[in-house]
Amino acid sequence: MASQAKKNIVDPLIDNNPITLQVLGICSALAVTTNMTAALIMSIALTTVTAFSGAIISSIRAHIPSSIRIIVQMTIIASLVIIVDQVLKAYAYEASKQLSVFVGLIITNCIVLGRAEAYAMKNPPVMSFLDGLGNGLGYSLILMAVAFFRELFGAGKLFGQTIIPVANEGGWYVPNGLMLLPPSAFFIIGLMIWAIRSWKPQQVEAPDYQIHQVHRTEVL
Amino acid sequence: MTETTQKTGFLGRLMALPNDDPRKTIFIAVLLCLMCSVLVSTAAVALKSQQTVNKKNDIRKNILAVTGLYEPGMDIDAAFERFDVQLVNLDAGQYADTDVDLDPATFDQYKAAATPEYGVNIDDDIAGIGNRAKYAPIYLLRDPDTNAVQQVILPVSGYGLWSTMYGFLSLEADLNTIAGLRFYQHAETPGLGGEIDNPRWRAKWEGKKLYDDNGNVELRVVRGFVDENASNAEYKIDGLSGATLTSRGVSNMMVYWLGEQGFGPFLHNLRTELESN
Repeated sequence: MASQAKKNIVDPLIDNNPITLQVLGICSALAVTTNMTAALIMSIALTTVTAFSGAIISSIRAHIPSSIRIIVQMTIIASLVIIVDQVLKAYAYEASKQLSVFVGLIITNCIVLGRAEAYAMKNPPVMSFLDGLGNGLGYSLILMAVAFFRELFGAGKLFGQTIIPVANEGGWYVPNGLMLLPPSAFFIIGLMIWAIRSWKPQQVEAPDYQIHQVHRTEVL
Repeated sequence: MTETTQKTGFLGRLMALPNDDPRKTIFIAVLLCLMCSVLVSTAAVALKSQQTVNKKNDIRKNILAVTGLYEPGMDIDAAFERFDVQLVNLDAGQYADTDVDLDPATFDQYKAAATPEYGVNIDDDIAGIGNRAKYAPIYLLRDPDTNAVQQVILPVSGYGLWSTMYGFLSLEADLNTIAGLRFYQHAETPGLGGEIDNPRWRAKWEGKKLYDDNGNVELRVVRGFVDENASNAEYKIDGLSGATLTSRGVSNMMVYWLGEQGFGPFLHNLRTELESN
């Protein structure tokens, strides 16, 4: 039990990371990582939704008719997202203005629905909660790492505090404008996936097909 | 089977049906929707007042910031008491308090622009906003002792490269000198057009003049750097490098809102009024 709980939280951090291994939830990872504050708020919002939607869906899983199960999951996730959005608007107004529609788009984040369908529908509530928490943290880890590079090299700042003085404010660093545009997140995530798979080769997928070696003696 | 027979009542029998039974499917769907809607509406209603306060404070904070009065952590409501909020009828160039029953503090001119009642279609739409409201709120910063007008804050908006930029322009009491400019909402490219938020660029606006001797809007954002020795340098502002369209948008926005279709007539009347006092 305890080891399973630990596995649910630790596994999605690196070994089974939703972004770098499963390549899910990429869209928001591109959109909200221009600065670390926005990425942090987004991470907290998504982790909350994934954890609680897992727990709620799991606790009523015995009564969910299979014909409408996706709609049931979506309804629960959407309700949680709206609540999180409302709370942010009330208590973190600046951040919610910055995240604008992306909090609402957690509804369509594949990680949330993926965990609900793959784990919460088959496992007890506490474990589902921890599984959601772990996957949310795995997502957060990558989001924060991407935001770290983008904010540092794109604006010379971290959490809005100047780290490298940029040229148009009198410093020496000419910021890399590409870092503030969405494609840079693709490059950073791509490099991260490369790094992680070099470190843990078991994550490398088997090739979908192999070029067939034709021998002279073989009849085609 | 023993378990199902033990269940009593309508609900008990319904819940004991197999999950794929249509009756149970409909029952679960209705029940879930009810519970979720209760949760969502509870959250929305309970947090509404806090959200309204946030929205109001956000606008007030931006108005305070454009006048240079804002400091982090200050009491926004107390500081805002120095402001006199008025609704202006843009076509007539006069305060609207006599002809309509609208609250200047809550009137949303950008929402009203889309309504048939208050919206006006713009003919020569250089600002790229399509419609504007007949009325617009303005904010007069008054001296706490003498009650004299120190600054006049006007809401401005216009299309840049990607988005409509919303901001406030603050004028000195002569109504011809810029005291400050600040945008509170836009989606221009970060690092390029987004530099309209850069304090160093905003500082270039301070002290610039709006109208030439004939009352035409002379203020422009130009390409590259302004030659400080040129005769009309007080009307020109450095463009943002790599953001030609955003700079042009800001320039057109000023020409529109300070011109005849915008606050021009009102500023003319207000100047006469202030001078006669």
